[in-house]
Amino acid sequence: MRGWVRLAGIAALAASLAACGSSSDLRPLTVVGWGGSSQDAHRKAYWTSFSRTTGIPLREDSWRGGVGVIRTKVVGGDASWDIVQVETEDLILGCEEGLFQRLDWAALGGRDAFLPAAVHDCGVGAMLWSYVIGYDGDRIKGPGPQSWADFWDVKRFPGKRGMRKTPKYSLEFALMADGVPADQVYPTLRTPQGVDRAFRKLDEIKPDVIWWTSISQVPDLLGSREVVMSVTSPGRLIVANRTEGRNFKLDWHGNIYAVDYWVILANSPRKAEAAQLLRYMTQPENQMRLASHIPTGLTNIEANRRVDPKLKRDTPSDPANMAGALELDADFWVEYGDQLTQRFNAWVAR
Amino acid sequence: MPGSRARPPGVRRWWSFALVAPLLLFLLASFVAPVLMMLSRAVIDRDLERVWPDSAAALRQWDGAGLPPDALAATVSREIGAAARAGTLNQVANRLNYDMVGSRSLLYATARQLAAGRPGSTVSELARIDPRWGQRGIWAAMRHADGPFTRHYLLAALDRRLSADDRIVPVPAEQAVFANIYLRTFKISAIVALLCVALGYPVACLLASLPERKANPLLILVLLPFWTSALVRTAAWAVLLQTDGVVNKALQTIGLIDAPLQLIYNRLGVYIVMTHVLLPFFVLPLYGVMKGIPPTAMRAASSLGAPPVRAFLTVYLPQTLPGVAAGAIIVFTLALGYYVTPALVGGGADQMISASIAFYTNQSLNWGMAAALSLLLLLPLMLMVFAGRTMVRTVPA
Repeated sequence: MRGWVRLAGIAALAASLAACGSSSDLRPLTVVGWGGSSQDAHRKAYWTSFSRTTGIPLREDSWRGGVGVIRTKVVGGDASWDIVQVETEDLILGCEEGLFQRLDWAALGGRDAFLPAAVHDCGVGAMLWSYVIGYDGDRIKGPGPQSWADFWDVKRFPGKRGMRKTPKYSLEFALMADGVPADQVYPTLRTPQGVDRAFRKLDEIKPDVIWWTSISQVPDLLGSREVVMSVTSPGRLIVANRTEGRNFKLDWHGNIYAVDYWVILANSPRKAEAAQLLRYMTQPENQMRLASHIPTGLTNIEANRRVDPKLKRDTPSDPANMAGALELDADFWVEYGDQLTQRFNAWVAR
Repeated sequence: MPGSRARPPGVRRWWSFALVAPLLLFLLASFVAPVLMMLSRAVIDRDLERVWPDSAAALRQWDGAGLPPDALAATVSREIGAAARAGTLNQVANRLNYDMVGSRSLLYATARQLAAGRPGSTVSELARIDPRWGQRGIWAAMRHADGPFTRHYLLAALDRRLSADDRIVPVPAEQAVFANIYLRTFKISAIVALLCVALGYPVACLLASLPERKANPLLILVLLPFWTSALVRTAAWAVLLQTDGVVNKALQTIGLIDAPLQLIYNRLGVYIVMTHVLLPFFVLPLYGVMKGIPPTAMRAASSLGAPPVRAFLTVYLPQTLPGVAAGAIIVFTLALGYYVTPALVGGGADQMISASIAFYTNQSLNWGMAAALSLLLLLPLMLMVFAGRTMVRTVPA
């Protein structure tokens, strides 16, 4: 019996030590991005100058998304992150769960200062990005694909296609290839017949698809001629054109665009400093700098108006790119994601 | 025990227990407890009970036949409003959505209508807000979630579901996916383990028979992949195996093939890369066992007249079997948990179960489902490890 008492004492000691260990008053403000060229661009555009002008030291981390990671941190009492870039579904689920701090929109310049899609109770748009058709201009000479119907046309453009191995994007593109106008895509997908129709259309192209899981695979798949065209985000291919002398081309018809958001975690011990960084990153004159480091759409309306038109060319900010474009419906994917992912995985394995 | 001091045996036992207690506590706190807590989500189901205490109690009272009594509808309707105001409706909405897709938007839309003053205290009033309230599906989904325990997640992990009248039925064919993925996971892992045995045994044999001076540099070659990130190794294989890659170019140059072979983004690629990544885990334990076998045994066998093949089969091989079994089990268990490699070098039909677990854990936050899938992976795995240990023990040494 005495042994158990002693054991309990040791356990209590261990618990108090653990509590000490998780105190994070000593670490600097921590900002978490997507890593890679995107993180580099944010550092150059915002973080270095923020630390210089305010004297607040910044620590960086990167992650690959998935709101489960944040739930684990917040629920598990790990307060190592303050301000994080998230995707729309993560934003919706995390905000409902109370994982994120509600934002003070007045301090950010008001909701009207931003694109409507960039405004949320728990997050402010960090950048606007798209999934488009990318192809190698050295392989497809003459007119390239100009619609999702062309992407599906393996007779005119023989060769494999790269697509992301998720139902998200794939089902939307399939319906557009089948002639559904952009504004009817989600209403159609909300019906069982619409989902069947999308899968039937995917059946047509299935033998010619190579599925990728990470966007970083796309330049390699195109460059090694494994695929002739691919679903891609523009930035990676533009960067490959600049740094590796590639001749990758983009087609924006029927692209799907979405916003990534900045959020402040509910258990952040440095909420005031995080809010200060958030204000800094969303002011027009600062946001305009981001566009010169990475081809991306800006969320602040004023920044969008003033930025050099040349920098808009390969981004969703150029109105010419956005005719017939489709905004990702994150609410739809929060609701149908489990079911459609399961069906998609069963389909893809068949 | 000779030399032990005169202490009562009870004290000695406590003393030795106290020595391992820190490690034991550490393991309990950092490994066993979190794993059990996570796995318990497969059967424990208190989301609805926590947010809608009155409705959960009323649902347990209800016999589930036909449509519910209006009193239950009134309770649910009241707690929809309360949860929406408190910001906790999402917990119920997501839980019900797992059972019946569309529940999420149904609850939120209903909450908006109720807040706007629409009446909803009877089943028919609710059905005027949305016709689905007049059908059995949503009420059955609520009854399945009334807690504190549920069969939903484990059934779903077996491609089964509870129907509105509480029978266990298979999910529609286009949704049935997990049974296939489990079989595939075990099959891929078993084949990778066999490939490791076939490739690794001669390597370990060679390493064990060489003098140390020559064996050490070779051992480093085996260890080298250990020190390289699995992601880097996987990417390197993509360069070698792709359509325009080194292997295809070489085969075409020497005229063995006319058109490039598809060596990657299919099952073959998964086997090649996983075998390479996991090979050291087989070679090293086997090498350890082989070093322990005295070379004199083989010499004795040949001096007694056994031809080399017979001597190998009857003297050497049986002594190495514990190492083979240990290495193969390590490779097999590690392979079961792989998902980055199959995702990067496999095709659509090569996804393993960990990818599904990761999806439910990180993307959709359906941790009950993640726990159920993990549990169904863990149980056969423990059986196999147990069987493997028994096998190792019964091998004549």
